[in-house]
Amino acid sequence: MEITLRVNGDERTLPVDPRTSLLDLLRERLGLTGSKKGCDHGQCGACTVLLDGRRANACLLLAVACDGQAVTTVEGLAGDGAPHPLQEAFIAHDAFQCGYCTPGQLCSAAGMLAERGPSAVTEDLTAEPELTAGEIRERMSGNLCRCGAYQGIVAAIAEVAR
Amino acid sequence: MKAFEYTRAADPAAAVAGFRPGDMYLGGGTNLVDLMRLGVAEPERLVDVSRLPLDRVEAAGDGLRVGAAVRNSDLGAHPLVLARYPMLARAVLSGASGQIRNLATVGGNLLQRTRCPYFQDVSKPCNKRRPGSGCPAIPGDHSHLAVLGHSEACVATHPSDMAVALAALDARVHVTGPAGSRVLPMPGLHRLPGDEPERDTVLEPGELITAVELPPPPPGRSAYLKVRERASFAFALVSVAAALDIGADGIVTGVRLALGGVAHAPWRAARAEAALLGAPAGEESYARAAEAELDQARPLPRNAYKVPMARNVIVRALKELTP
Repeated sequence: MEITLRVNGDERTLPVDPRTSLLDLLRERLGLTGSKKGCDHGQCGACTVLLDGRRANACLLLAVACDGQAVTTVEGLAGDGAPHPLQEAFIAHDAFQCGYCTPGQLCSAAGMLAERGPSAVTEDLTAEPELTAGEIRERMSGNLCRCGAYQGIVAAIAEVAR
Repeated sequence: MKAFEYTRAADPAAAVAGFRPGDMYLGGGTNLVDLMRLGVAEPERLVDVSRLPLDRVEAAGDGLRVGAAVRNSDLGAHPLVLARYPMLARAVLSGASGQIRNLATVGGNLLQRTRCPYFQDVSKPCNKRRPGSGCPAIPGDHSHLAVLGHSEACVATHPSDMAVALAALDARVHVTGPAGSRVLPMPGLHRLPGDEPERDTVLEPGELITAVELPPPPPGRSAYLKVRERASFAFALVSVAAALDIGADGIVTGVRLALGGVAHAPWRAARAEAALLGAPAGEESYARAAEAELDQARPLPRNAYKVPMARNVIVRALKELTP
């Protein structure tokens, strides 16, 4: 089947087998290897991309089902020549060790910061919550870091959220 | 993954009219795509219903109508849900991760399959996946599985948090299918395993969930309390959706209780409700009500912990709702 995606701003039309995940399409067909394959079951978050601006696990998406949608990967987060503020903050706060989960952490954080409404740890459901460390940890629970760089990750996201 | 065809339905009627044996409806895919990768689900064709015009949350009098294609994240952040049904918002927000909630739909959430480790492992027997092959969970690892309503054929649990709140709220599930449209009560969509554990729900082939309708919220305060092995992004060991209304004289005048993580279906705790209605509000009554429900539990050796856990979670939820 032929599909068209807008990937990091560029329109791409290509034939795909219905079995192809969005993650495999990005990595194997489009050469965008920033998005990582960790568990391939939606449990680790290493494959997180933005789909029409909302964070999603690329491993759980069939590419055919994304026809017509816009995908932003870690390669597309930065503006022209300058890193994304989250990328700057991750460097400043030493928010990684091996770096394998980092592209997913960055895309997930970018999507999360654009989300509205409470989380499971928000006390008052009707007030827009402040992004405390506890809120950030809850909202980022779909992204695992085997190196345990969570302290730096939370600090980096908190800085950008301010 | 086994090869399959893919098609996108234009509207619910076309989805139903075009449904053939071997087809499966695709919502957000967060469970189905994984099951296909694991070899547990092998549809010949996916009929994508995720972009059907069923993506609205609308007030319906003092109640609410939620389209089946509404994403979990949109449901959990909707002002009407937050204002009228905090129990439902809490349940939805406690499920999965931010990424998964962005994809998962209301219809798909209801129809997700059990996370029983044997069901998801095609190298093992499983009566739900291959009827008649046996249940290795009963002699094996059933530590996360059912203590209520299970059978000799299956001890699986339904994994949804949202469905537990819907069962407590007397939600109605709108369905359309080859034989027409019908409305199913919650609880009532999901069934207990009996000797047909391959059937999770009462839906017939080709039937499609189009909406969930919520009656006006129950009086009083409500909560969703979930106990799990880590603080976030884990399925419930036990959860409880509770609503409590107490009269001026301290007597319980309204109560709703449903349990998650303990049965093949979201478990409406009708015996506990009956025991509590008209009783004085307080820990003693709450504990007695919990016991009334859990007297019928039949725990297995490795999940016996769930019975006192469910009792404690019920009592704690009710105490939190007591002024």
